Amino acid sequence: MIDAVAGGPVPGSTVVTANGPDSFVWWAWVGDHTDDIREATVEHLQLTATAIGCGFAIAMVLSIVSLRWRGTYGPLAAIAGILYSIPSLALFAVLVPVTGLGFRTAAIALTSYTLLILLRNIVEGVRAVPASVVDAADGMGYEPWRRFLTVDLPLATPAIISGLRIATVTVIGLVTIGALVGSGGYGTLIDDGLSRKFSTPIVVGASLSIATAMAFDLCFVALGRVLTPWTRSRGGLDVADEPTDDGAERVAAENAKRGVGR
Amino acid sequence: MSEALDYLLSASSWEGRNGLGRLLWNHVRLSGAVVFVAVALTVPPALWLGHRRRGGAAVTTVNLSRALPTFAVIALVFPISLRFGFGLGFWPTFVALLLLALPPIFVNTHTGVTSIDTSVVDAARAMGMREREVLWSVELPAALPLILTGVRISAVQVVATTTLGALVGFACLGLPITQGLRTNDHAKILGGAILVALLSLATEALFSLLARYSMPWSARSRPLRRARTRPVTVPLDGA
Repeated sequence: MIDAVAGGPVPGSTVVTANGPDSFVWWAWVGDHTDDIREATVEHLQLTATAIGCGFAIAMVLSIVSLRWRGTYGPLAAIAGILYSIPSLALFAVLVPVTGLGFRTAAIALTSYTLLILLRNIVEGVRAVPASVVDAADGMGYEPWRRFLTVDLPLATPAIISGLRIATVTVIGLVTIGALVGSGGYGTLIDDGLSRKFSTPIVVGASLSIATAMAFDLCFVALGRVLTPWTRSRGGLDVADEPTDDGAERVAAENAKRGVGR
Repeated sequence: MSEALDYLLSASSWEGRNGLGRLLWNHVRLSGAVVFVAVALTVPPALWLGHRRRGGAAVTTVNLSRALPTFAVIALVFPISLRFGFGLGFWPTFVALLLLALPPIFVNTHTGVTSIDTSVVDAARAMGMREREVLWSVELPAALPLILTGVRISAVQVVATTTLGALVGFACLGLPITQGLRTNDHAKILGGAILVALLSLATEALFSLLARYSMPWSARSRPLRRARTRPVTVPLDGA
């Protein structure tokens, strides 16, 4: 056990008096391993970016298909939902015999987790564009593609950003688990610490992945505000309707967020 | 696949100290305890804040807390739990899952109460109901569909995520998966994954039935039900 070194100082007093291998965080170890920590950070972010990039590209194609041919949305969402419901640990483990240990396995598993959230948010966001706006664009002679790119997508930005936010934060949490199949990232530190019963790498890896998730979450909130200034000005206008409306959004966001951090 | 079924269907894999029977029981027991504690901790304050039409800041904070990666929280609590003599496995998993379970229940309860049409609450007050009666016999029943949805979401998440407890030595249905990974036993990995997936589906079904039978009114009065369920599909984020 971590504090069960024979003849060592009494557990608990160690934290206050001396900083050593028995402390929660042994700062000397952290100082000696900054390269490992930096490498884990780079791997973590690379894997997150890969999964989100691939996931967004695939989800965009699927969304266009399901907006163009309405009947395809149900089946596509159902397939994405099945992928989403597989426990992460199991998906990583099941993929190992097929794609081997490492980056590729983790990237495939993580991409598959982003699909449901992104597909649903893009499609529902575009569908929520008021019919009058769509009619006006059509009446002005916009061709379908131009309308999609310059009217539908910009108006769906809040939904898309919130989908990206949920997907990114979910993936950052899941990358940590991906270390078990050798994908690198902060999970490597945690795994290392768990197998040696040595708390410093565990605490460092866990804190950094929590901090990264939180930082990205806040960044996306800020990004959403910057990109959609019109949603802010709406707040003060109609006080009576605001709570209900806001509530609906929250429930929706929370529903879309099912399974965060698995 | 067939090997995984063989593994699941053979009696020997269900027996013993780390047999599937015991793992399943541990898994269900921990998940149930987490959901129970989460409901007990969050529903009363959320109801009260909703009744007072306050707590917007609390909802925002709770929404941010769902960015917490569960495995990282388990890992962070693990050394603390060891140091203070709570042992490995159970408590780190319990704490991390509790943090995972709180937000959906809190947000849904609060939203359920605040989104009730104010004319309904005003009518109840006009009929001479006291504040406690308004909360107990008007707001709570009206918010029940959303509260149960929150509990269902939490429960399904918790059941699926309890799997991670195996990584810190909690004997749950994640154990066949981690053991299989270590020994390259694909049948065991797949068998464990299938059991977890089935358990999640069963949880979802259980709560759907519970919702249907505990709220006969919501099935009959269509307009109310539609108004309550439709916003769920609009994926906008308030926070």
